[in-house]
Amino acid sequence: MGSNMAEAHPVAFANVVTAKERGAKVMHVDPHYSRTSALANLYVPTRAGSDIVFLGAIIRHLLETKSYFHDYVVHYTNAATLVNETYRDPEDLDGLFSGYDAATETYADQGSWDYERDADGRPLTDPTLQHPRCVFQIMRRHYARYTPEMVEQVCGVPREQWLQVAQTLIENSGRERTSAICYAVGWTQQSKGVQIIRAAAIMQLLLGNIGRPGGGIMALRGHASIQGSTDVPTLYDLLAGYMPQPSALLPQQTLDEYMATSGQKTGWWSNFPAYIRSLLQAWYGEAANEEDGNCSYRWLAKTVGDHSHLVTSYAMLDGKVKGYLLFGQNPAAGSTNSRMQRKALEQLDWMVVRDLYEVESAAFWYKQPGFGPETEPVDSSKIKTEIFLMPAAASTEKEGSFTNTQRLLQWRDKAVDPPGDARSDLWFVYHLGKRLKELYAGSTAPKDRPLQALTWDYDREEPEPGSRIDDEPDIMLVLKEINGYYVLPPAQADTGDGTQRVYTLRDAPHVPGFTALKNDGSTACGSWIYSGVYPEPGNNRAASRNTSDGYTFLQWGFSWPANRRILYNRASADPQGRPWSERKKYVWWDEEQKKWMGYDVPDFPLNKTPDYTPQPGATGMDALAGSDPFIMKPDGKGWLFAPKGIVDGPLPTHYEAAESPVQNALYHQQSNPAAKYFRNRADNRLAAAGDPAYPIVITTYRLTEHHVSGPMTRWMPWLNALQPALFAEISPELAAERKIKHGEWLIISTPRGEIEARAMVTRRMRPLRIAGQVVHQIGLPFHWGFQGKSTGSITNDLAHMVLEPNVSIEEAKAFTCNVRPGHIP
Amino acid sequence: MLEQRAPIEASMPPIISEVMEVGSRVQPFSRESLAQASRIRDAQVVKSVCPYCAVGCGLNVYVKDGKVIDIEGNPDSPINHGTLCPKGAATFQYTVNPSRLTQVLYRAPYSDHWEVKSLEWAMEQIAQRVKQTREETFVERLPDGREVNHTLGIASLGGATLDVEENYVMKKLLTGGLGIVSIENQARI
Repeated sequence: MGSNMAEAHPVAFANVVTAKERGAKVMHVDPHYSRTSALANLYVPTRAGSDIVFLGAIIRHLLETKSYFHDYVVHYTNAATLVNETYRDPEDLDGLFSGYDAATETYADQGSWDYERDADGRPLTDPTLQHPRCVFQIMRRHYARYTPEMVEQVCGVPREQWLQVAQTLIENSGRERTSAICYAVGWTQQSKGVQIIRAAAIMQLLLGNIGRPGGGIMALRGHASIQGSTDVPTLYDLLAGYMPQPSALLPQQTLDEYMATSGQKTGWWSNFPAYIRSLLQAWYGEAANEEDGNCSYRWLAKTVGDHSHLVTSYAMLDGKVKGYLLFGQNPAAGSTNSRMQRKALEQLDWMVVRDLYEVESAAFWYKQPGFGPETEPVDSSKIKTEIFLMPAAASTEKEGSFTNTQRLLQWRDKAVDPPGDARSDLWFVYHLGKRLKELYAGSTAPKDRPLQALTWDYDREEPEPGSRIDDEPDIMLVLKEINGYYVLPPAQADTGDGTQRVYTLRDAPHVPGFTALKNDGSTACGSWIYSGVYPEPGNNRAASRNTSDGYTFLQWGFSWPANRRILYNRASADPQGRPWSERKKYVWWDEEQKKWMGYDVPDFPLNKTPDYTPQPGATGMDALAGSDPFIMKPDGKGWLFAPKGIVDGPLPTHYEAAESPVQNALYHQQSNPAAKYFRNRADNRLAAAGDPAYPIVITTYRLTEHHVSGPMTRWMPWLNALQPALFAEISPELAAERKIKHGEWLIISTPRGEIEARAMVTRRMRPLRIAGQVVHQIGLPFHWGFQGKSTGSITNDLAHMVLEPNVSIEEAKAFTCNVRPGHIP
Repeated sequence: MLEQRAPIEASMPPIISEVMEVGSRVQPFSRESLAQASRIRDAQVVKSVCPYCAVGCGLNVYVKDGKVIDIEGNPDSPINHGTLCPKGAATFQYTVNPSRLTQVLYRAPYSDHWEVKSLEWAMEQIAQRVKQTREETFVERLPDGREVNHTLGIASLGGATLDVEENYVMKKLLTGGLGIVSIENQARI
């Protein structure tokens, strides 16, 4: 659901087909019929944006018919935990949770969502699941109106079809069987995207599928190393390993304050101080010891709000961003409201574009989209942006690692040098850093100390053999820093004069993994979750290419954390440590050897007995029982109800998309009350709910043969021959109504703008009956732009900038439009 | 066959028997024909990973005479077993392509054309721009005294297509060294 896996992740889908040949049931719930649907056992057409009703109805069904996996739910989730008595549900407040501040449109006070706790702060529970304020009963009440009838009315799905999905999941879950959910951007790119995924998580926890082989939730991410770029990360709100970027809006002015507000006292996150201290050590070396790390902590840039890409684009449009560095991303066509993106680029003083080709984001100053595949000139004399277009190395022209969507690091060896003046991005960033350090070398300003203290020596000892480039940095030193090293090894002879030797990156021993990291400045580590990838010289586990280790392939590549392939795999055994069934055994407790073993690296302290019971007042991992698999949570439980960590509610709730043809059938609150609407921005005009000028639901998606906005595929005749042009899929019913003929041009319009595409009139798109009215849907790929050898309109010119509130993602999967035949005049 | 014809041959002049033998011999092969083989024979095989989606299919990159001549799936990978989707299978044409940029192009403010520049010049100019904009926009403390040590005047976008190690040095330099806050990429998390 929320994925066209056969077309967006084709080789992974081969596994689904193999499973199907062995008897697995494949179900595809999606607004448009695609190659995934064709290979499924069951295809269910649904309305884009109605996912939480579909999933919420399954949750209700599991609870009411008692079809959930009882033992798993009682022991491994917070179903029994009590929520405090000030909590109010959308059932009480017509679509809102308690704590909503209408002035800021946020849940400013989330205290009412917390557990009810005893005098020592421990959550109260009712293992019988009867107490009206236990999570189990709160969920029953919350989802009471998410009935099969509601599914018909809101999703347009006949109740028999919905029931078939629910029944199939129930029949294939439990001790003997597991079911898996795969999702992608169909779920994430919605103004309530995080909540949709939460609904799937609740469903899978109730069915007992998390942490078990053949179960779980697979996030199908969409770029070669997008997982790596969030793990390490190049994101504004995160430091490595999902530690938060310090914020000036929270009490985080000192390292102690930061640790107190970001870490946790119980569970694995209690190790947080060791990870942040080791990161500071990796970045700032000696200077990270000053004031026990507090001096260098204060250098870390603090956020003052939302600095995500799309919000920054508005700042750029308003002239507040002067310089921009683009590293293989193409916002001029790939980002939502792309016409506004191109306008924003015109406000910059300077930008650097690093890519293999002259992409749209580098050409906006002299070209823009025209009719269909044509382009039109731009008046360059009005655009001041200074542009440095730097040729980049391809992935075959540099060695390094990619982390795939299963958290697996795989190393790539280098085949050839990049051509001409093309260089790797490692080369670019390294030499830019060297030049800046030289430019700032003489400064005495306090603000320049972080740059001066930054450890920045990745020079090779020997030039790279066979390469004409003599100044490529040594990537193995970078990998070693990411893995971590001892600054002061635990056991070493002193130098003879009573002092201890302090190591630097080059000569330091490697740490074997993140359990070796300390909070005292004796270890350095660039990303704690990756620690263990390079545990000793000569052993780059990302480059491990051995397939001898059974079906989990533990010696192919390295996955984080610590090479675990399925997270929370303690849950594949019962509270006593025995597999739930012989058929589904994965990780189990061995009573003789007194340790956890199995087909994977156990995601649990190796020697903790299943019957371990924490003492009152215990901290860290000692506070979690031997039957608490979810070790990153302070209570060790899978959270059905999320008392904190999510800004728009502890339970998924159906809201309509920001632009929708219908009213919300469940509550008066029409769309996500906490989403970011940017209502005062003229370029982000939104159609009102039910606006007759924009009655058609539009969704956007990928094709197999092209990749995102096209910089990596539309320069290639082989792929252009397979998918030569932009098209819009529309149903025969809608085509007849609007007099649009198959193969001819049509115009798609939204309040943001209009584009043209060729019409593909097809039964792959079905009209749906929603609350008694016919709702049409159309779908478009978003791969085209005005550069490359195959050109076309930019689909993202139609989309708006309403952002989901937890992660600031755009809603490109469900908005509204209108269509008419012909060309834009 | 020749034995059968021997009695006749024996009675003919040698030149005629030689001419008659030409038609009965196996066709001669040229040296080039004998040397025909798959063009990847004797190529160096370099192991890589597909640059497209996030499945991480294994690639075999075939290199001869310092050039990539072919890219196919790696049969040893438990992820793809040597298969590739159309994009992965077209990686060769992505990396070996006449439209690829091989020189630095520079567009001056308000200009209507690109100029070719040297790497050295471009790196120096970029470093100067970064320093100058940082100097103009750096904020140490908010008006109420809270420390921020950041600049909102420079932003960075991109990273999901780059190596883990490249992402690492980007965040380290741009945020850790320079105080740039808006470091972002294709991901939302």
